[in-house]
Amino acid sequence: MNKYTLYLNSRRCIGCHGCEVHCKTNKRLPVGPILCEISHEPLKAVRGVPKTEFRFRSCYHCEDPYCVPVCPTGAMQKRADGIVFVDQEVCVGCMACVGACPWGVPQPNPETGKVVKCDYCMDRIDAGLKPACVTRCTTHALKLVALQEI
Amino acid sequence: MKKSVWSMCGMCTVRCPIRVETENDEVTWIEGNPHLLDGALCAKGSAGIALLNDPERPQQPLIRKGGRGAGRWDKVSWDTALDYVAEKLNKIVDRYGPESVMMSCRGGPFVDIVKAFIHGLGSPNFTNHDSACGRNAHHASLSLYGVGRTGFAYDIKKTRHLVLFGRNILASLRVAEVNQVLDMLDSGGRLTYVDVRQTMTGIKANRFFQVRPGTDYALALGMIHEVIREKAYDQEFIDRYVSDFDALVAFVEPYDVDWAARECGIKAERLREFVRELAHDRPRVVFHPGWMVSRYRDSFYASRALHILNVLMGNIEVEGGQIFPKGPADCGVKGLRSFDGQIPKPTARRGDGVGWKYSHFDKGPGLFHLFYDTMVTEDPYPIKGLICVRHDPLSCFPDPAAQKEALDRLDLLVAIDTHYSEFGWYCDVILPESTYLERDSIIATQKGTKPRFICRNQVVAPRYDTRSLSEIIKGLADRVGIGQYFPYNSTAELQAWQLEPTGVKIEDFAEKGFVELSREPIMYDRQNLDGRFKTPSGKIEIISQKLTEAGLPSLKPYESPEKPPKGKFRLVFGRSAVHAHAHTINNPLLHELMPENTLWVNRRAAARMGVKEGDWVEVSSNGMVNTIKAHVTDFIHPEAVYMVHGFGRQVPLQTRSYHAGVGDQKLMKGMLTAMDPAGGGLCLCECMVTVKRSSKNPKRMVEL
Repeated sequence: MNKYTLYLNSRRCIGCHGCEVHCKTNKRLPVGPILCEISHEPLKAVRGVPKTEFRFRSCYHCEDPYCVPVCPTGAMQKRADGIVFVDQEVCVGCMACVGACPWGVPQPNPETGKVVKCDYCMDRIDAGLKPACVTRCTTHALKLVALQEI
Repeated sequence: MKKSVWSMCGMCTVRCPIRVETENDEVTWIEGNPHLLDGALCAKGSAGIALLNDPERPQQPLIRKGGRGAGRWDKVSWDTALDYVAEKLNKIVDRYGPESVMMSCRGGPFVDIVKAFIHGLGSPNFTNHDSACGRNAHHASLSLYGVGRTGFAYDIKKTRHLVLFGRNILASLRVAEVNQVLDMLDSGGRLTYVDVRQTMTGIKANRFFQVRPGTDYALALGMIHEVIREKAYDQEFIDRYVSDFDALVAFVEPYDVDWAARECGIKAERLREFVRELAHDRPRVVFHPGWMVSRYRDSFYASRALHILNVLMGNIEVEGGQIFPKGPADCGVKGLRSFDGQIPKPTARRGDGVGWKYSHFDKGPGLFHLFYDTMVTEDPYPIKGLICVRHDPLSCFPDPAAQKEALDRLDLLVAIDTHYSEFGWYCDVILPESTYLERDSIIATQKGTKPRFICRNQVVAPRYDTRSLSEIIKGLADRVGIGQYFPYNSTAELQAWQLEPTGVKIEDFAEKGFVELSREPIMYDRQNLDGRFKTPSGKIEIISQKLTEAGLPSLKPYESPEKPPKGKFRLVFGRSAVHAHAHTINNPLLHELMPENTLWVNRRAAARMGVKEGDWVEVSSNGMVNTIKAHVTDFIHPEAVYMVHGFGRQVPLQTRSYHAGVGDQKLMKGMLTAMDPAGGGLCLCECMVTVKRSSKNPKRMVEL
């Protein structure tokens, strides 16, 4: 069972795309891969005011991920706490996972030729910190939520 | 080695406080100062790392070798560049007098040293970008309260009702302010938004008035009329502090709600309902008087009307209203030593006419655009040298072609900037400034209910042969014989000199990155605000003595804006959350998010022209033609078309932004001196453009 999820409070989100850049700079990614995404529905008038809802998407960290079994080198792994991550040391850049994921989550890093994806900044989580997108969210709209079984 | 450094962001002019982590002189992490922003930072702030590592910026001093704008440069040493500039400056001073040199900068908390340089040289001609920004709001504030627009802070977090006229506060993105707005909404406050199009701010609003472009003043007048009719104003406050209230009552008599609603194209009942809410919410109501309000011919009066609405709410020096920002003196602390403060004021009259030809304008920075006329006419004297510090007039003011014609009469153009600006590209010399992560800045004061001293610290060594502004100024000052005004040889000496009278030590900044001068918020006694309003009468002047003396009305009868002729649209512009106007268009990570701008066209208007989403359209005005992609939307007034400002750059060394999108200012031919005569702000939304489907849209697939 996954231990974490990222929750976006759409009321506070201002669609500034900060999270996308916070993620990239923390992982030192070049132009190319963007590991999370802020999007919104087309505007619709609600009591005279054109409104929309924002959505945040990164990796779903599937319970039964497609990307892990297709990885020929075992670089793509799922941790006990549910986080799906790529071991950069082991990845050979075959891009099998890129084809396997229905949502296009794993992406090639043109600088290294290997795959990168959202891993909830597990190095930060392990150090007792929050993911980059959450820590630096412009409006504190993004939260790291610990899931509980009920 | 790992390091953590307190500093201040420099990606836009908000200058949010930040904490930066480095490892072996590489920046690994930037976040908002946890003490003030709890880590929060915007996309631009995070992309600072990309600015630092971007080679597409000037890497050493450059002296032009071809014609202006030809883009052929000699790479030279700092000594050569500074000697060259100093020699030219000395020649101009000898031949024409020091007043023939002018200097402009971006404004903000660090301008003291720039002012000191130009004043030290003996010229009164310090200026900035503000006539294309907030001058109307500033002068409106001065005419009413006797204090400028920074003379009040808005306590947005605790307000019950925030009213914004075209102030897209959530995309303009001052991180602390944005959080205040959202906190206010979370705790049940109301937001009313007025604009010609829907924006990021508008979608969070409880009420949205989409008005006809150019009718802000009409709407504000209708609001004043209804507030007075409903007696929804603070009689006691007005009796105590306001002069000529009766003149206001008589003036707004014809401007009732039904008239305003017709003029603006909104529903009268919604306007009445709004005023009834105000009656309930006041005094905790803030009418934002606008930030970038260099828009229409009457923007000064529109902003003044919003200031008047604040007065009617009686919102001054109350929680959730407008609060006087407090300074060191309010905390019993002496202020920072000022570079400019030790220099005798130059005696020459200003070259832009401010202070003598135009007595109602603030002569602090004057009005940059008026200098162009002086360059051409040489009246009252020639202007021969211009130094711009991180200010790009060719991106900022209308009609760059007309500007260049005037600039061609100058003997010296110098850009001090971290990146190639359009102006820099046209200059004789580029003196490359280190980016904000590579430089220290002078210590500055940030006024507020809890005033503080703030400080930008160098985080990493400069990547290229660039210098900080204080080093560049010092280098120039020594060479033109005014080095005595800049008595420092290092940042430590500079900061110690500034701090000396205050009793604060530089070590005091180590804990939080700033020094708070008061633990508790300081509020003045609202029953005794006498002396706080710096108008000639000491009252809040509905009829301003200064405007009357200048032969200008304080309450100007409304004139309906021109309707665009058939087939034309009014060009309006704004900003997005991911770019700081022209500054960031070439930043690799921000370019990735928004590589070009589009032209918003109302769906019905687009249908008439056969334009579909994503089509190329030709947008033209006065013979200036540009091609841009259309964004077809219901959420813009049919009379207007809109684009994000800052695009259409023409600096070849900025490969990402080169000719990407369109620059609105380039379409504004002949509009360089069109200003609101009372406010001094340019009329940047008075340009009518023709839009048609471009022949660039392919009709056949011709490939082989």
